[in-house]
Amino acid sequence: MTVALSGKDIAGQLEEKFPGSIEETGQECVVVKSDSLLAVAEYLKNTGSLAFDYFNYVTAVDYYSYFEVVYQLASIKHNHSFVIKTRCYDRENPTVPSVIGLWQGANFQEREIYDLMGIKFEGHPNLKRLFLWEGFQGHPLRKDYLQ
Amino acid sequence: MEVSSDREYIYTSSELDKQEGQLIEEVKAGARETIPDPDAWLDEEVKRNIMLSSVDAVLNWARRSSLWTVICFPACCAFEFIAAEGPRFDMSRFGMEILRASPRRADLMITAGTLTWKMAPVVRRIYNQMPEPKWVIAMGACAISGGIFRSSYNVVPGYNKIIPVDVYVPGCPPRPEALIYGVQTLQKKIAKEHQILDLPQKLLKGNK
Repeated sequence: MTVALSGKDIAGQLEEKFPGSIEETGQECVVVKSDSLLAVAEYLKNTGSLAFDYFNYVTAVDYYSYFEVVYQLASIKHNHSFVIKTRCYDRENPTVPSVIGLWQGANFQEREIYDLMGIKFEGHPNLKRLFLWEGFQGHPLRKDYLQ
Repeated sequence: MEVSSDREYIYTSSELDKQEGQLIEEVKAGARETIPDPDAWLDEEVKRNIMLSSVDAVLNWARRSSLWTVICFPACCAFEFIAAEGPRFDMSRFGMEILRASPRRADLMITAGTLTWKMAPVVRRIYNQMPEPKWVIAMGACAISGGIFRSSYNVVPGYNKIIPVDVYVPGCPPRPEALIYGVQTLQKKIAKEHQILDLPQKLLKGNK
């Protein structure tokens, strides 16, 4: 069974390496500030003791006052997993850096989030709608979307 | 937003996307009204006791006895259709089991499943490719009215907004027996059809 790493342990490591990058620490997750997301993700992937080489999924949640983008990472090498989250408070133009450079599997999922939630992923090579067609008005998974 | 691409994808270009979007919007704008049953006049005819000629009888027998279904199953009702095809329910007992991968060789479309607006132009194109005479069975709640997804942002509220439907088979999904009964109902309907439409105009209800 994959072991879910403790949020406190990872947050301690991250705080040491990237001071001020952690917004909140949960039991099995950390909330990272979006401007340091790429650095943190790169650290999680390339550090030998963590080695998060497998990207489970990325998804997004609308909490009205902010959007939360959730990344579930796993390590096949060490058989452990972890969740990192990031928040964007700007409702008009929410932007999060794309993690395609680290995990190719994020490609279509980031496009899906852009399609349904309207979160833009900076650095995505082909960011356009995936399920809905070009010219569709609005982003239907937002809580304030009305037909 | 402007898409900056440093890589060429073989399956997309923004020009194609724009064309596709326009096509979907056109189909959506033209799908406000429900298309009536093209054979609604058949019932009227029976009330008036119009007899069928023997040519009609032979042609209708030939047509209804070998319905070739086009493969167009967008969602989960397809599995019930597969069950109906399989050995347990075995639609081939009634000569309705054959499936065609090309719409140009088919005369029946069983619309098994939810239809999204993005898929709607494709389904209409498949229908247009089928040679006349052709029939459509709407299978399941989604095919009839959109079902539980009716109020969704991306679901067509019934296939009869896109193409004319002859027989409706309710259920979510319908049992294989129900589907077989639906095809039998269609066969009965075909048996009543006239090859030469010499009926007075007011009898041609919904076929203007």
